[in-house]
Amino acid sequence: MTAIVDVTDLRKVYDGGFEALKGVTLQIREGEILALLGPNGAGKTTLISTICGITRATSGRVSVGGYDNVTEFRKARSLIGLVPQEIALEPFETVWNTVSLTRGLYGRGRDDAYLEKVLRQLSLWDKKDARTMELSGGMKRRVLIAKALSHAPRVLFLDEPTAGVDVDLRRDMWNIVADLKADGVTIILTTHYIEEAEAIADRVAVIRKGEILLVEEKDTLMRRMAQKELRIELQAPLSTLPESVARDNLRLVEDGSALVYTYDTTGERTGITRLLASLSEAGIALKDLSTTQSSLEDIFVGLVKEDAA
Amino acid sequence: MNLHAIRAIYVKEMMRFFRTLAQSFISPVLSTSLYFVVFGTAIGSRIQEVDGVSYGAFIVPGLIMLSVMTQAISNASFAIFFPKFTGTIYEVLTAPVNFLEIVVGYAGAAATKALFIGVVILFTAAFFVELQIQHPLAMIAFLVLTCTSFSLFGFIIGIWAKNFEQLQLIPLLIVTPLVFLGGSFYSISMLPPVWQTISMFNPVVYLVSGFRWSFYGLSDVPVGISLVAIAGFTTLCIAVVYWIFRTGWRIRD
Repeated sequence: MTAIVDVTDLRKVYDGGFEALKGVTLQIREGEILALLGPNGAGKTTLISTICGITRATSGRVSVGGYDNVTEFRKARSLIGLVPQEIALEPFETVWNTVSLTRGLYGRGRDDAYLEKVLRQLSLWDKKDARTMELSGGMKRRVLIAKALSHAPRVLFLDEPTAGVDVDLRRDMWNIVADLKADGVTIILTTHYIEEAEAIADRVAVIRKGEILLVEEKDTLMRRMAQKELRIELQAPLSTLPESVARDNLRLVEDGSALVYTYDTTGERTGITRLLASLSEAGIALKDLSTTQSSLEDIFVGLVKEDAA
Repeated sequence: MNLHAIRAIYVKEMMRFFRTLAQSFISPVLSTSLYFVVFGTAIGSRIQEVDGVSYGAFIVPGLIMLSVMTQAISNASFAIFFPKFTGTIYEVLTAPVNFLEIVVGYAGAAATKALFIGVVILFTAAFFVELQIQHPLAMIAFLVLTCTSFSLFGFIIGIWAKNFEQLQLIPLLIVTPLVFLGGSFYSISMLPPVWQTISMFNPVVYLVSGFRWSFYGLSDVPVGISLVAIAGFTTLCIAVVYWIFRTGWRIRD
């Protein structure tokens, strides 16, 4: 897949001297959903703002669809749609007018049929004549998405689109994102909800203190870094682990009524067979077994902590 | 040139104007009528003619200038300040538009509104006094240039302002006094010599003088100098707006 957004050695130093981006290099592939993860102040919004033209880069280069976002800003920007983190809408404008305004700003002529399609897709059609200040928070977020889609962009930046919305609406948003991807739109998503990235992203980029720590296929990342836990419920609680059973990656939990064994799924041997044999030899009776896999959130926290250490 | 963008900004701003049309229309008509009642009838009846023009008719160009300047500044400054305040400025900054297109959209709409109000006041004045316009083309030129330049000036104030207080600061503390002391209600020649000299440093004097000349052929300064002054002010405002967009001052990080 070719890169539709190409960021090379991007640096941003604010007037006060704070370096928000420290030479970020990132290629975003056409048609993918890239989740940009990072703690607060990591540089996610600065990166998006610089690509979109709100913030000026101190150095480095950004191209969108092969067009430089400074020297060929018209062509570059016309390919981009942005849904900002904050709900920013003029309160007295109607939904229809505010969406029409954005389409005009992007140099597109009037196309009522297209705007109707976008508003219907986002369940906003019956609110088209409502003023934005009359809408709920969730509806306002949909209006922001409608505005971003009003000129049929090829690249859509969603800066924490589901922050503060309820679970149902969040899942609706995921469905909308899935539909957009099916239409061929490239989506860059920043989020605090790791489950969101886990649910919809194709690739994950982790940013911390203005540096990209990794960019990897989500599934590969989870396979590569995932650890599993085997939980063993015991018939009778143990006060301590017998020496023949004790291992570094085995711990006694819940007042001795259960054991948790951590293992690497990519390893040649998991050690489960030997552990179960040891338990049998030590005369420890088992009640139940279950396994759990670490989530993207665990991986993310691990990565950020590891880098900070 | 992104004409769709210019149109989108312009239409949006004009729709805001039409949403409050009653207020936009009634307010200038009412205040102009009050000026004529107070200055034209109550006080004006005790004032002699100024160079052969009745006092009521003499103040019409100044009244129009007063409203046009304050309306142009107020509309343009609010038009760009409000998106900054609500955060919606992001969509202008991320759109494929250059500074010229943004300014033409915002300042063009503000100038149109000010022009509309200027015309409303002109027609209102015609009910109270006998008007004559000796140089109609010059009158239109002065009116359009004043609307344009003060809309640009208002645009700059709107970008500079960080809060609503600052938004009002320059119009209230600088522009209004300059307009009132700029010969809107009197001829500069009525002042003592020292104040006549001081008045020559007030740029509004040149605009009011030139505009009044287009009505009655009377002016405090030569009309050529008035035209140069308004053209120079417009050029200066354009240069400042260009610099703002080139550097991103107070709009781009």
